Amino acid sequence: MSAMNFIEQIRQRDRVFDFIQPQASSRLDVSHGNILYLEDISVSFDGFKAINNLNLYIKEGELRCIIGPNGAGKTTMMDIITGKTRPDTGSAWFGSRINLLELDEPEIAEAGIGRKFQKPTVFENHLVVDNLELAMAGNKSVITSLFARLSAAQKERIDEVLETIGLKDNKYRLAGSLSHGQKQWLEIGMLLMQNPKLLLVDEPVAGMTHQEMDRTAELLKSLAGQHSVVVVEHDMDFVRSIANHVTVLHQGSVLAEGTMDQVQSNPKVVEVYLGE
Amino acid sequence: MPLLPALRSAILLFIFSIFFIGQASAAPVADETEFKQLLNGFTQKSFAAKANTAQQVATSGHPKAKQVLEAMAESRLYFRKSDQLVVFADKDGRSYVLTDIFSNETLGTFSRREVSKVKTNNSLRAKLGKMVAEIELKHPDASVRLAAVEAMIPKLKEDDADLFGSLIKEEQDESVKKALQFGIYIGYLDSSKKERVLNAIEALDGELEPIVRNKLTSLANNSDDKDIKKAAKKSLKGIESKISIFSNLETIYFGISLGSILILAAIGLAITFGVMGVINMAHGELIMLGAYTTYLIQQAMPNHTTASIFLAIPAAFCVSGMVGIAIERGVIRFLYGRPLETLLATFGISLILQQLVRTVISPQNRTVETPAFMSGSIDINPIFALTYNRLYIISFCILVFIALFFILKRTRLGLQVRAVSQNRSMAKAMGVRSDWVDAMTFGLGSGVAGIAGVALSQITNVGPNMGQSYIIDSFMVVVFGGVGNLWGTLVAGLSLGVANKVLEPMAGAVLAKIMVLVFIILFIQKRPRGLFPQKGRAAEA
Amino acid sequence: MLDKALMNDRLIFDKKTQSFLAILTAVALLVSLLNTFVPEGHILHCSTFTVTLLGKYLCYALLAVSVDLVWGYLGILSLGHGAFFALGGYAMGMYLMRQIGDRGVYGDPLLPDFMVFLNWKELPWFWHGFDMFWFASLMVILVPGLLAFVFGWMAFRSRVTGVYLSIITQALTYALQQAFFRNEMGFGGNNGLTDFKEIMGFDLQSDATRLGLFLCTALALGLGYMACRYIVCSKLGRVAVAVRDAESRTRFIGYRVDKVKLWIFTFSAILAGIAGALYVPQVGIINPGEFNPINSIEIVIWVAVGGRATLYGAVVGAILINYAKSTFTGWLPDAWLFALGGIFVFVTLYLPKGVTGFLNRKQEQLA
Ligand SMILES: Nc1ncnc2c1ncn2[C@@H]1O[C@H](COP(=O)(O)OP(=O)(O)O)[C@@H](O)[C@H]1O
Ligand SMILES: [Mg+2]
Repeated sequence: MSAMNFIEQIRQRDRVFDFIQPQASSRLDVSHGNILYLEDISVSFDGFKAINNLNLYIKEGELRCIIGPNGAGKTTMMDIITGKTRPDTGSAWFGSRINLLELDEPEIAEAGIGRKFQKPTVFENHLVVDNLELAMAGNKSVITSLFARLSAAQKERIDEVLETIGLKDNKYRLAGSLSHGQKQWLEIGMLLMQNPKLLLVDEPVAGMTHQEMDRTAELLKSLAGQHSVVVVEHDMDFVRSIANHVTVLHQGSVLAEGTMDQVQSNPKVVEVYLGE
Repeated sequence: MPLLPALRSAILLFIFSIFFIGQASAAPVADETEFKQLLNGFTQKSFAAKANTAQQVATSGHPKAKQVLEAMAESRLYFRKSDQLVVFADKDGRSYVLTDIFSNETLGTFSRREVSKVKTNNSLRAKLGKMVAEIELKHPDASVRLAAVEAMIPKLKEDDADLFGSLIKEEQDESVKKALQFGIYIGYLDSSKKERVLNAIEALDGELEPIVRNKLTSLANNSDDKDIKKAAKKSLKGIESKISIFSNLETIYFGISLGSILILAAIGLAITFGVMGVINMAHGELIMLGAYTTYLIQQAMPNHTTASIFLAIPAAFCVSGMVGIAIERGVIRFLYGRPLETLLATFGISLILQQLVRTVISPQNRTVETPAFMSGSIDINPIFALTYNRLYIISFCILVFIALFFILKRTRLGLQVRAVSQNRSMAKAMGVRSDWVDAMTFGLGSGVAGIAGVALSQITNVGPNMGQSYIIDSFMVVVFGGVGNLWGTLVAGLSLGVANKVLEPMAGAVLAKIMVLVFIILFIQKRPRGLFPQKGRAAEA
Repeated sequence: MLDKALMNDRLIFDKKTQSFLAILTAVALLVSLLNTFVPEGHILHCSTFTVTLLGKYLCYALLAVSVDLVWGYLGILSLGHGAFFALGGYAMGMYLMRQIGDRGVYGDPLLPDFMVFLNWKELPWFWHGFDMFWFASLMVILVPGLLAFVFGWMAFRSRVTGVYLSIITQALTYALQQAFFRNEMGFGGNNGLTDFKEIMGFDLQSDATRLGLFLCTALALGLGYMACRYIVCSKLGRVAVAVRDAESRTRFIGYRVDKVKLWIFTFSAILAGIAGALYVPQVGIINPGEFNPINSIEIVIWVAVGGRATLYGAVVGAILINYAKSTFTGWLPDAWLFALGGIFVFVTLYLPKGVTGFLNRKQEQLA
């Protein structure tokens, strides 16, 4: 029932949830149309080139899917964007003003990049609601945290997200006791609370039922426009259902780019996926 | 009357020795009766005559000659008034105990009246000293000659140098020759002839014997001659820089030996902590158990110090290894993946082991005897010597390191250990008995700690607290080197050891230690994973 | 309903806290009454010796609470909290030393005895100001706080975590111990500071002063406990737990993990310092032995025995172990270390939530 309700809401494309209003980030400059610039990025681990001369541009408000065989370097790419891994060479810019390579993880998060991890990592010893509260956009300094009180608006926002991710009835459960799929949703919820300008979503539908996958697809599509979304996924049906623009990563660099159909008919891609 | 034959023989001897330059010291031994007659010369009153006699005795080549002259110089040479027999005499209260010069037999006690001293005066005594020296300088045995030369060098005068000069011509033995030559130059340093002094300074350039340095210093400060002063100063500078090089070498040597101790103490930890990720706070106590094993074995076989040490090595390995396996099976295996809890539990074990030793053996420190082969040193030059005990520790450390390296890189156990440490579940799936591997690895690390204990028992006291004094150092070494890397442990141990010893003279031992600790604390901040960090995703756990 | 029950847990004054405060107040009052009004010799009389002993326990309890704050809630296993305790103690000891004035053995009006003994002519610069109580009190807070701040700033910024952090905290206290052993440091070397006479003009040997110190300690424990309670109930407390459980995740949602750690660690060090400052006048001595790494690791075991991440568990653990220690060492001195070692092993293996956790579970099972 609530799911139906939710989809109904989603369908109303013209309606803009206030929680998805992007936070005005003063420094973010997307006047050139792109929100993310990755240029000539290379990373190697003990001589193994995980990312090899990667170039990738994400437009503002775009929903981009990235596919590629295991070990193609998709997660590593996200690690670079979010500051977890430093590239050996290349540059990474968020908008045309923010040099990601100069920032550390919290600064990047603050600048407006949110990430859902491949392996769902929620705060297991916290309640679901606490997980959302912690992720909520806002001043995250020590002093503010020490004296923070949830305002009515914030509580409302948490409830809204809970509704969106279908965990309303689990509000006061320990996150550690959720099922795998529920944890995925909770992570997405945390991402929503963070309200970033750019969302990096790593394999969001692993462990989800088909219905849930549909819901996720809808959600991601609804986020695009206001936000830029980069989705990494293996499930081709899912990718087909959401993306109009797909990038194929192979051995650390871009193999092909285009619509799903273009990509799928690309002989190089076929070779990579089906083997020589 | 009795003088003549002696004189004759002396002259003979002289000629003889000239003919036999080669075996200068192998002068023919005067036969006993002749020598006895010669000794009678000492009963004369005149000092000149006595000097003459002494000279003849000295050149007689008789084995007792030296003893006689020494006794004379010490006023121990007497003659019996009754038969003019020259003897050794020792005062015993108011009377004298006489000893026969040749047979060494006691001739009985005599009153003061019955004996008479072979009196000497200052100039005679000075001559005697020189004669005694000369006897040795011409001794057939080269090592005796060498010792005699070396003994003379500290008090050498210019005329001694001349004596050496004549000796060196006849000398065949290289090392004696060298010593003589050295002595000559030392003597020349005191010369009044400028030429000689300058020559000597030049020739002695770079010599490290303290006496050279002393004499040069006094020349540099007190000489009236400008050139000599300058030359001495220059040479002194060279010597001092050489000395500082060698004292640096010595510091490094001490540092390396301390480093070896650190490595020995830490390397077991490098295995348990580095390879298995287990924090074993009882590591120090496993070292202690090894040391106590050494002590107990030595108690059991008190007369075989050397054997007991060699026996202790495998025994300590077994004892500590067994205890280690027991700890692993009994406690640690329930705590894998919870490093902080492991730390606490093993700390508890360390308390128990300490108290066990206190209760069962004694709370007092014990000393383990060092076998004879470990004392002594190799003297590289007068100011730099490699002591054997340090040398053995260093070589022992190298051996242990190589053995461990071999085990971890080349054996099946090593392969399995690495497999388990990289991916436990995968290794399990491949049929590795990870339980067994854990126990063996831990046993290996613990056994090595026991071996370290054997080594430590040779350099410090063995006591219940000894483990604690090494645990922090060991952790520092492992952490500094980078976990999971034996090379890292090696480099870290050596550099910390050397750093400690370099800082010590500047800051004192305690402060040096503090400085090293502070350095590591700062270092860890910069490179949290040590000198040789583990890379890859495994490191991020 | 569920809502309410869970939200209650977040109340600063939850049930456990209420009981803790009630018990603390009751003990403080009872001890005062039994010490002052019940005549000596009566079975109910609480001797001044006992008062001081209890005061000591409460100092330990405060210290344990400070460790629980960083270990239980933040996941930092500090093996160096004894150092902050000792530094607070030394700051107080220096004040007490200056209070001796010319009543020392050597009767020097300015220099403490050990300096006269070392033939020092002048008071070292860092001893100035310690004749004033307010200055000493400030130092009790500042010195451990500053050390923790500098140490933490470097360690947390470069992301030293887990056992590495534990080991360098241990190295820190070890280095300090070595340093304080040195006579040249000017803190009395091996013997430390002792032979105190009075504090703020009150005779340290008098019963009233002793009781006063005990009450101050109880007050400090109460306040310190509540401050910690406030922190762990705040959003910052939840961030701390998030850091403990998933540090890098916390970073990715925008929290400056290093700052969170730094401030809580520093606060905890200050609490430890205060505990040390209250401890010294009651036991009458402070020496480098307090820096011994074993002491620091023992504090951790108090917390483990009582139960991590509960605060009250730390108090229970500290009192329990120290009570056991006092009785044991008097009775079977050899056995104590066996017992302590055994406790370390037993608690980590079988009582991961400590005694209070165990009791709570029993209670739930009954209910
Ligand atoms: N920190 C790391 N250390 C070593 N190798 C890594 C690290 N991160 C990624 N890799 C390697 O880089 C390659 C790309 O990994 P990843 O980005 O996770 O691929 P995927 O496209 O499946 O997400 C893999 O072979 C992986 O083993
Ligand atoms: Mg991936």
